[in-house]
Amino acid sequence: MLHAINEALVIAMEADDKMLVFGEDVGHFGGVFRATSGLQDKFGKSRCFNTPLTEQGIAGFANGLASNGMTPVAEIQFADYIFPAFDQIVNETAKFRYRSGNEFDVGGVTFRTPYGGGIAGGHYHSQSPEAYFTGTPGLKVVIPRNAAQAKGLLLASIRDPNPVIFFEPKRLYRASVGEVPEGDYEIELGKAEVIREGSDITLLAWGAQMEVIEQAADLAKKEGISCEVIDLRTLAPWDIDTVAASVKKTGRLLVSHEAPLTGGFAGEIAATIQQECFLYLESPISRVCGLDTPYPLIHEKEYMPDALKNFEAIKASIKF
Amino acid sequence: MSNATTKNQTVHRVSFLDKDSLHIPILKVLQADGTTYEKAVLPLIDEKLAKRVHDTLVFTRVLDERMLGAQRQGRISFYMTCTGEEAAIVGSASALDDGDVILAQYREHAALRYRGFTTEQFMNQLFSNEKDLGKGRQMPIHYGSEALNYQTISSPLGTQIPQATGVAYGLKMKGQRNVAICYFGEGAASEGDFHAGLNMAAVLNAPTIFFCRNNGYAISTPTEEQFAGNGIASRGVGYGMHTIRVDGNDMLAVMAATQQARAFAIENNAPVLIEAMTYRLGAHSSSDDPSGYRSKEEEAKWQQHDPVKRFKLWLLNKGWLTEAEDAALYEKYREEVLAAVKVAEQLPVPHLDELIEDVLDEPTPILKQQLKALKQHVKKYPKSYPKSAGRL
Repeated sequence: MLHAINEALVIAMEADDKMLVFGEDVGHFGGVFRATSGLQDKFGKSRCFNTPLTEQGIAGFANGLASNGMTPVAEIQFADYIFPAFDQIVNETAKFRYRSGNEFDVGGVTFRTPYGGGIAGGHYHSQSPEAYFTGTPGLKVVIPRNAAQAKGLLLASIRDPNPVIFFEPKRLYRASVGEVPEGDYEIELGKAEVIREGSDITLLAWGAQMEVIEQAADLAKKEGISCEVIDLRTLAPWDIDTVAASVKKTGRLLVSHEAPLTGGFAGEIAATIQQECFLYLESPISRVCGLDTPYPLIHEKEYMPDALKNFEAIKASIKF
Repeated sequence: MSNATTKNQTVHRVSFLDKDSLHIPILKVLQADGTTYEKAVLPLIDEKLAKRVHDTLVFTRVLDERMLGAQRQGRISFYMTCTGEEAAIVGSASALDDGDVILAQYREHAALRYRGFTTEQFMNQLFSNEKDLGKGRQMPIHYGSEALNYQTISSPLGTQIPQATGVAYGLKMKGQRNVAICYFGEGAASEGDFHAGLNMAAVLNAPTIFFCRNNGYAISTPTEEQFAGNGIASRGVGYGMHTIRVDGNDMLAVMAATQQARAFAIENNAPVLIEAMTYRLGAHSSSDDPSGYRSKEEEAKWQQHDPVKRFKLWLLNKGWLTEAEDAALYEKYREEVLAAVKVAEQLPVPHLDELIEDVLDEPTPILKQQLKALKQHVKKYPKSYPKSAGRL
């Protein structure tokens, strides 16, 4: 996936000479995960550079650039460290257009940030903070599931006329090595993708959790349960139509994410789908999520909404 | 008195100040050969204190060497060394009273050792076993001990800086003659929390020692890409705070500066900023490889300024240490650390029940339900959860 992200950045920078890439350690070193490797050599230090160590500064700087017609693609080194930038993102990025009556906007901003667990990272290298941002009107939130998706979604995010927070599943950075199409392509934001058709239950997730619900779908298949698997891809704005159409067909929905259950985005999805599909539902909408604790270290495996927990929830939903 | 500028000289033509307008000397006491500068004023130090400091230095070197090795062998998941910065850390810690509260960044375990954290306690944290004071919840090196007045490490950078101001103000309110000391790197000093913390300490008269380890790098980012001004020290003056820059590889200079900073902070209810100029000889962490951003030659140059060696030479000169005693101490700690590793890695991890404790003072009903469901699940698939399935 890292290579695909790097390729997308190169393509976008070649096509748009107003695009800048910056953040902590992204310059000469190419980022702690090496997503920006080689960019400074290729495009020079004025277009790809290290910033001082200040996330609020990075976000504010990006807002300023974008407000004046530039295309900033800023990296926050870990999503766990996005919070010093919360004020700039929530009160500024998200409201720039609205508060000025569209006199000004920062639509050119893209924040890239690695999120998620499964890497023995404990509290501060594992969190999934997407719901803090989906609850903020004025932002788009995008999360890819694999390398090919990352490339197309990142290119679309950079070029979207709205600010985008692009969460990258760091657990898959090196693990996701599937085929990536050559050249420049975009995957439309706001569209979910049905990646496996089925008839008994709809499984919905995004990012690294896709791999997990696919494993759960495989386990269920052995028990004769046919799962329809959907990757939401864009959380804000999210594709209600695709999910609702699937649930009307299967009659059941399971939503899974790593973030804690309470206040997680699955709750929003469940509320909307029960509204849209109330008469079609055969069982309560199931949420398989992280526990309502800070992200732990030694009990990470127990905390995670893994394939077995999803499998059990699928069976419970079918038997309801 | 708002915007009082009575001391300011008035001029009548435009004249800018620049970063060289402020001259910041660097305090040096101990020379590379272990002798002191001719006119140097030494800190208060006797043989007992010197030996405790030396003991901490040797332990820390051994711990860092062995545990980085253990990480390489896959026995622990992560490690961070403080190699090259020991004088800055131990020199400052040794100038404190045990009642002074330490808020560290993450590379100051030598200060924790100085306070009395045992080898076993280090191992319990590093191996996340059931005796870890942090209950296995954080990555290795995130130590903390209430008994030793050493607040638990948090990975986000700079968050401890305004907290130190709050701790210090509280100490003052309680009438304690103690300070809070806050450690951070020159990279963390770019965070907004740095500004907030130092400005509040100066305005609210909080007896805080802000101790900056200016070690040259924030992961890969060198200081010249971190700030354009005259280091971190110049900012202290801007906040209206007593400020000093010291050679961070000079144990005696760090001790002298911190001893006087502490006395000043307590007598005047005022903060002090110390900028210790040093060098991170090791990688940022076990996840980092410095060969991608700095040269072997540069590292070799700084090896020549090894603070542990410099202090040892002084001890030898004083007759407070022999080469044989020094070697024996290394040997003792190598054996002690190795033995402690073997014990700590055999201990079980914390009980699964502890997963939901300490979120709030009491687990919420929904969290209790979640734990109950989790335990039923683990019982059903014990082989998939080997760390907890054995003890439910």
